[in-house]
Amino acid sequence: MTGEPLLSLKHVSQTFASKRGDLPAVRDVTLSVARGDVLCLVGESGCGKTTTARMAAGLAKPTAGTVEFEGADINRMDRERHRAYRKAVQFIHQDPYASLNPIRTVFATLSAPLRRHGLAKNRDEAWEQASDLLRRVELTPPANYLAKYPHQLSGGQRQRVAVARALALNPRLIIADEATSMLDVSIRVGVLRMLTRLREELDVGFVFITHDLAIARYFGAGGRIAVMYLGEVVEYGATADVIDDPRHPYTRALLSAVPDVDPGPEGRRDPGLRGVDIPSLTALPSGCTFHPRCPLFVPGTCDTAAPALRAVPGAGQEVACHVVAGKAGDPDAVGQPAGSGA
Amino acid sequence: MTAIAPGVAEPALAAPAPRTDGVWRTMVRSKSGLAGLVLVVLITGMSYLAPLFVDDHNPVDAQNRWQGPSGEHWLGTDHSGKDVLKQVVLGGQTIIYVGFLAAVITLGVAVVLGSLAAYYRGRLDSALLQLTDIVMTVPAVVLLAVVGAFFGLTTPTTLALLLGLITWPVLMRSIRAQVLSLKEREFVEAARLQDLGNMRIIFVEIVPNMAGYILINFIIAVTNAMYALVGLYVLGLAPLAGANWGIMIHQAWTYGAIYLPEGRAFILAPVCAIALFQLGLVMLTRSLEEIFNPRLSKG
Repeated sequence: MTGEPLLSLKHVSQTFASKRGDLPAVRDVTLSVARGDVLCLVGESGCGKTTTARMAAGLAKPTAGTVEFEGADINRMDRERHRAYRKAVQFIHQDPYASLNPIRTVFATLSAPLRRHGLAKNRDEAWEQASDLLRRVELTPPANYLAKYPHQLSGGQRQRVAVARALALNPRLIIADEATSMLDVSIRVGVLRMLTRLREELDVGFVFITHDLAIARYFGAGGRIAVMYLGEVVEYGATADVIDDPRHPYTRALLSAVPDVDPGPEGRRDPGLRGVDIPSLTALPSGCTFHPRCPLFVPGTCDTAAPALRAVPGAGQEVACHVVAGKAGDPDAVGQPAGSGA
Repeated sequence: MTAIAPGVAEPALAAPAPRTDGVWRTMVRSKSGLAGLVLVVLITGMSYLAPLFVDDHNPVDAQNRWQGPSGEHWLGTDHSGKDVLKQVVLGGQTIIYVGFLAAVITLGVAVVLGSLAAYYRGRLDSALLQLTDIVMTVPAVVLLAVVGAFFGLTTPTTLALLLGLITWPVLMRSIRAQVLSLKEREFVEAARLQDLGNMRIIFVEIVPNMAGYILINFIIAVTNAMYALVGLYVLGLAPLAGANWGIMIHQAWTYGAIYLPEGRAFILAPVCAIALFQLGLVMLTRSLEEIFNPRLSKG
């Protein structure tokens, strides 16, 4: 689980220019993934998790900070290393209806990277390897699928083809952007189970982006989880720690919002949020961006200084909260100016 | 999730029905499309196969000038007593050849430049757009007259080349617009993530997605090139050697066939031949649209 980080994001930020002013979609995020590691990014829509993933995949350039692959900045690499990075880090899109070329057969889609990168010398080899890939994503017998066009496949089957394509280059890290959110619930479990199996069998690292905490808990078991809110990581730690013992008030609110099949007497606690509206990215609240909604809001501290991620005493994870990380109730710790922030 | 056991070997399932079969059925289902296809095939076949059966010797007969239709000359004779029917039957080759060749050139240039401009954007894009501005502004007829005067538009191939090289900009812009939208699609991003190479992404992943659009525009380009060519003949800008539909209209005009009741067949025959061929092409695009856009036929 630990080891030399394969891919690390160092203080990356992404600001989009819009007519109503700058949109800081991601602010000062630092994360890393090692080989075979799982990192789940969770948060509600608009929190910057997809933008973070796109920067990690090299699809967007960060406006500040660096994305490093094996210690080298991916936006300043020579061709050779960049190629190695491209092969090592693959991406699965959210929508399997859009990510497969409608006029290319499954075989054409799978064989293109194999041929291009010299993994298959001729058509027969490519056919053989494409069949293996399909077997790996449980589309069997492969001969039934290789000649098909995307429109002849169901959503789940398409997403499996997309996974097979991501696996074609033997990647060491797969970034999955809401890879299961477009699928029916019944199919989602199958795809998730398959991804989990691939993770274990192939020792592939995953950056898994989801808004669904139940999925994060299932898929991220044994890995780490980063909870994002308005472009920042607010809680970061081992999945078990974060899910079972959330410390940041936002994570707690998020977890209490997960519907329970059998809500006991304490099944649905009211998170006690002071507001339900998510602030606009163009007009972020001062200090801690969560303070207008936070039940633990301490006037004078939370609305003036932005908190940095800090270890919580007595817990495994790091939390960006003046109140929690600064020993709740200890006014001295709370009053400390916290880090640089945005 | 799937109930299929991995071990169950099935014979390679019936390969998806050959696509040509479906194409043919769609083609036949649309009546106007089928009629268009028949017209195009008939007229092309007539123009290209007739020389094998019809003696192309069409003598001048001063005794029989401006004859009306008769048993001997079904469509009458022209100003020099030549048989009109023979001229119509044999006079399509050049027009059709130049039409298709010019369309191929137009389309080739438009697709290649349009997709490169849209994909790379930047300086290449603006340079190419400026080029289209220039080419579009130059009046084609004047350019053709000048080129004709200097170099002589002696062969049909040069004519086609010239027509092709001055008609591409409009199409290039619409191809560019299509590629601009296609390249934002996720499957292009996926191809880029796999480092498939820009040329491959453009010409294998993106361009085939416009196949229907390109084919339909090809046919429209054929009709345009044919009209342009006939126009050149009518204006006398292209060499008036031999006999083809364009030259026939030119001669009918200059020799005043329009004022002679007996000459009407001479002017109407080539006009009808051209109009029917064009009609066939346009109707053909209807079926092609349905083939490439299944939503149209099922809706």
